Amino acid sequence: MESVLSRYRNLIILVGVLFAQVLGLAVQVKRTSDTQETRLIRVWTVSAVTPFEKAIVWFRHSTYNVWHNYMYLRGVRQENRDLKAEIERLRIEHVRLQEDAEQARRLQALLAFKEEYISQTLAAQVIGATGSESSRAIFIDKGSKDGLDHDMPVVTADGVVGKVLQVYKSTALVLLLNDQTSGVGAILEKSRVQGVAKGTATGELVLDRVMSDEAVQPGENVLTSGGDRIFPKGLPLGTVTKVTPGSEVFLNIRIKPSANLARLEEVLVITKKEEKQAVAEGTPSTRAADVLAQRLPSVPDKHAVDASKTDQAPKPAPEAATTAPKPNTPGTASQSKPAPKINPAVPPRPEGVSAQQQRTPAIKTTSSQPEAGATLVERSAKPATAQPATQTGAPPQ
Amino acid sequence: MLHHNSVPITYTSGEQVEVYRFSVPVTIAVPLVAVFLQAYLPLHFHFFSIFDLPLLVTIFFAMARRSQVAGLLTGGIIGLLQDSLTHQPIGIYGIAKTIVGYSASSLGIRLDVENAGARFLVVLVFYTLHQIIYILVARGLVRLTLAWNWQHEVGSALANAFLGVFLFFLLDRFKQRA
Repeated sequence: MESVLSRYRNLIILVGVLFAQVLGLAVQVKRTSDTQETRLIRVWTVSAVTPFEKAIVWFRHSTYNVWHNYMYLRGVRQENRDLKAEIERLRIEHVRLQEDAEQARRLQALLAFKEEYISQTLAAQVIGATGSESSRAIFIDKGSKDGLDHDMPVVTADGVVGKVLQVYKSTALVLLLNDQTSGVGAILEKSRVQGVAKGTATGELVLDRVMSDEAVQPGENVLTSGGDRIFPKGLPLGTVTKVTPGSEVFLNIRIKPSANLARLEEVLVITKKEEKQAVAEGTPSTRAADVLAQRLPSVPDKHAVDASKTDQAPKPAPEAATTAPKPNTPGTASQSKPAPKINPAVPPRPEGVSAQQQRTPAIKTTSSQPEAGATLVERSAKPATAQPATQTGAPPQ
Repeated sequence: MLHHNSVPITYTSGEQVEVYRFSVPVTIAVPLVAVFLQAYLPLHFHFFSIFDLPLLVTIFFAMARRSQVAGLLTGGIIGLLQDSLTHQPIGIYGIAKTIVGYSASSLGIRLDVENAGARFLVVLVFYTLHQIIYILVARGLVRLTLAWNWQHEVGSALANAFLGVFLFFLLDRFKQRA
């Protein structure tokens, strides 16, 4: 007996080690809430690896900053001028979006519509990946001590990235959209067809559960539907690239993710959402024309005169403004101002509606270029999508 | 005693093979660095995800030490470390690398593989074995629907074999005769 044991000692150890691991796997598979409990070995490994990743990321950024902030300053003046012009353009775009959001909110208030808003986000740096092709996830440099928790949505300016899966003290593991275990409630922007955006084994993103009789066109945008109760409604997920008939009653729809999941550096974690009814009341706020009057001295200060006149005798909005009719909402003031002449497409906004109550600009804004004045006149009449805003730190009203 | 530049793959008896050992810092640091690089580099060089540095290190240590127990334990530990960084159940890489570690050391006992061509072939074979075991465990025990793409796997195996040749010559510097 002893000789048999000593003869097959190595084989017995191999079988023993394999058996222990299989047993461990079986226990983990049986547990349904494995992600809620972090294994000690994970904590140890992550604690051993992530500090080096953080150090390298810090070193890389420091070197980059030293070079770009102190040494390589060529063209900074021109860049500064360009950025100022861009800020001007964005301010005006911001006000326009506020107007659109205001109108939507008034309509929502009419319908007693409840919507989920992003009220707080946390910026995080991507410090590592899993290193496995079958596990598409990334590590970020924020963890439980920064207030992160399971299932918090993670986004970039371009769109949804994924959700927080495991939280450690100073780091967290984010499951990417294109992982095969990932799933997000999705809706097509134009056709309003709903489905589930899922990752595949090869790392592609597909829209599942869309019946084959639905008309889905390549190029259509896919947004979050909010149905999964994790991602707020209206965040960009991607664009339909290919539609083919599936094997069953569903279509095979491939999506190109909006966010570049292969090159992530900084992300935003949505740490707080609020579900509240739309409110269309508040204090007066800045209007597009006011911003223009401040920023563009060439614009005649006619608005103030017009406004004082309209306070006494309200006038109907110009014809162009009727493209976006003002609803007769309860709670909104009956005194309405005409839309500023410089931009007849901006719908009139009733008194007492606060732009400060609006959420901050949507995550993604259009990036058509240059002149502020030209942007205002030539702005598209495309309706704003219901994109929640990213207001860092400040809760919505 | 075998000389390095004798025959690419030589059948030897247990007494003939040269056994190597490694210092404690190397034993700990090299696998950790491999796991770290595997997690960090694909973030900036996406193509790097086709490589499996921890597997290459497992094969190297197992073949140099020529001990089956040391080989399977090295493979098991490195695999579990790799599993810990993923979101999947711990043990998939662990099982695959345990078997590879055991097999590589078993091969190391019988063959002296010091030649670049031989190393290339060995890594090619063990990478394929590793992927097959990984897929089987993931599908059979964890019910993961992993895709098997021959084209991709052959490409990855070749890439790992090339990298393995260079890496093994680099790691040869840490060898100490037992």
